[in-house]
Amino acid sequence: MTKLIELIVNGLASGAIYALIALGFVVIFKATEVVNFAHASLLLVGGYVIAISHDRFGFWGAVLLGVAAAALVGAIIEFGVIRRARALDQAVVAIATIGIDIVLTSELTRRIGSQTLALGDPWGDRLVHFGAVTIPLTRIAALICASVLITVFLLAFKYTSWGVAMRAVAEDGETAALMGIRLGRVSLGAWAVAGGLAAVAAIFLTVFPTPGLDRTTSVAALKAFPAAILGGLDSTTGALAGGLIVGLTESLMTGYQSELAFLGRGIGDVAPYAVMVLILLWRPAGLFGTRESARV
Amino acid sequence: MSDTLQVQDQPAVIPARRRIRLPLAPVLVFLILMIIPFYADGFWLQTGLFAMAAAVGAIGLNLLTGATGQLSMGHAFFLAIGAYGYVYFAADSSSTLSGLGLPPLVAMVLAVALSGVAGLLFSPISGRLSGVNLGIATLALIFLGQHVLFNAEEITGGVNGRSVPVFELFGFAFDGTTPLTVLGIPFGGAEKLWYLGLVVLAVAAYFATGVLRSRPGRALNAIRDHRIAAGVMGVPVARYRASVFVLSSMYGGLAGVLVALAFQRTVPDYFGIVLSLEYLAMIVIGGLGTAQGAILGALMVTLLPQVLTRYSDSLPFVAPPGSGGTLSPSIAARFLYGAAVVGIVLFLPGGLLSLWARIRTRIIPIPRKKESNS
Repeated sequence: MTKLIELIVNGLASGAIYALIALGFVVIFKATEVVNFAHASLLLVGGYVIAISHDRFGFWGAVLLGVAAAALVGAIIEFGVIRRARALDQAVVAIATIGIDIVLTSELTRRIGSQTLALGDPWGDRLVHFGAVTIPLTRIAALICASVLITVFLLAFKYTSWGVAMRAVAEDGETAALMGIRLGRVSLGAWAVAGGLAAVAAIFLTVFPTPGLDRTTSVAALKAFPAAILGGLDSTTGALAGGLIVGLTESLMTGYQSELAFLGRGIGDVAPYAVMVLILLWRPAGLFGTRESARV
Repeated sequence: MSDTLQVQDQPAVIPARRRIRLPLAPVLVFLILMIIPFYADGFWLQTGLFAMAAAVGAIGLNLLTGATGQLSMGHAFFLAIGAYGYVYFAADSSSTLSGLGLPPLVAMVLAVALSGVAGLLFSPISGRLSGVNLGIATLALIFLGQHVLFNAEEITGGVNGRSVPVFELFGFAFDGTTPLTVLGIPFGGAEKLWYLGLVVLAVAAYFATGVLRSRPGRALNAIRDHRIAAGVMGVPVARYRASVFVLSSMYGGLAGVLVALAFQRTVPDYFGIVLSLEYLAMIVIGGLGTAQGAILGALMVTLLPQVLTRYSDSLPFVAPPGSGGTLSPSIAARFLYGAAVVGIVLFLPGGLLSLWARIRTRIIPIPRKKESNS
């Protein structure tokens, strides 16, 4: 029973992190109709900047720097590529983001090489005890931090003029533009926000119990893709639900893998993808996505 | 009104001389490719073999992504099925590994069929999801596929992989064991496989061109350009999407068989997401939606790292592999083709193939039609 509770809390914590990544992904999709396959490399940019700068600026300074760097890279991608490719087919723009991803990931993995970089977080490997249940402090920090960020984001999405503009663009870009909303600025903002969220997620993907930032971090970040699509690509609620489903699946399957030995080693890492396939079989548009319908 | 009358009054236009159009360029390229083994060394033959295998796979992906607009990140999975399927069907059983020991040609056909079946099993998703959504869903294939490759050790050999049985055709083995000298050139495995690859590629390209130019090809393009309009005109969208997915996975399987034959060993690490991304890069660089574009792109993406490795001494910035330099050839190649993908999407949406078309019209201006004297 304690094990189950521990696994669920851990799953919720990593789920919240996946939700954070997926949220950025969904925001980009809503604002620009672009599926951003470079999202994992944005995360790597943030994580890398934090890793190299925490010695000089302290952890929190480094976090600010990392978030700013990832947001800047996101904005540069939007300004340099996406804005110029707006008229093209969705799949073609998606492939362009794959090209960006190839370049960014190659550069970062070259810089990281075979090292494992520490992010210098203040939580270390401390554990918190609730009765018999033991949870790493980093997981609790992740849960709190992600919940706060997601709440702030959703409130901003709902109440600020930036959020209203973004939702208007998602609803009907052309009309929004006619109403005086500057599409370029909205999509630039979306990319920057998504980059920033990914950088924060990078912290929690690489702290204890994970050894640190290495070249496989981007593979871990890829799990946010199933999170985004099984919730529905155009739904922020879906991103949250999807993130939690992915986190819980991963945590439970990893925790009970000795009981699931017939599925093979490392099933926890691939289980989220299997869940995604099952959910897509049941609902092709994802759990909360709008079903495609068109008036002819 | 008067215009139509005028047209009717004119006599039927008969072209003065009807040119018989031989597909000159493909035939010429084919002939050049036929004589390459007499001049190139083993390194380039091996590279060329990989390029041909990649071209077959890229043609398949171009049918799916280029012609139909359905993104797939799972192409490497189908290559894996082809490669491992061939090994499983052709290899003999041993104490640790199982195999069926079928004749290699049968094994090849079965491996391709197996890839098709795998694609068919995915059809509830590939038929219903559109474009980029399918792209993310197919990520699942990569990760689940690799999981199986690592764990089903009896069939796949696990981390270490399996060695690939030599291809044989009616008793003629495609390796260096039977000495064969053609016009004074000793023919080893690479030379023989080169011709096998060439034939497979030619057939694959011919078939894909046929598909694209005929009714199904038009339907696929219609789905890409306007799905709803295509549906309204009577194209069964879901069925076509599922079918082209199956076809593309069979091409992937065939490419997998060729890759396995060229490598002579299959390892699970190779069939990862990077490979899928490479294939997407190929079709964008070469040109979306055509077989020629896929071949051109496959050539570029496969040759680039090899060329950089071979000539790394004389290139600035690029350090020879293993020298601990800052930029290894393989990473430099990834930079180049990653950037090429972005650049081509932005500035040359038709890919390198359209560049060729542009140059050709510049050199040989299209003859203008004679003005009708009205």
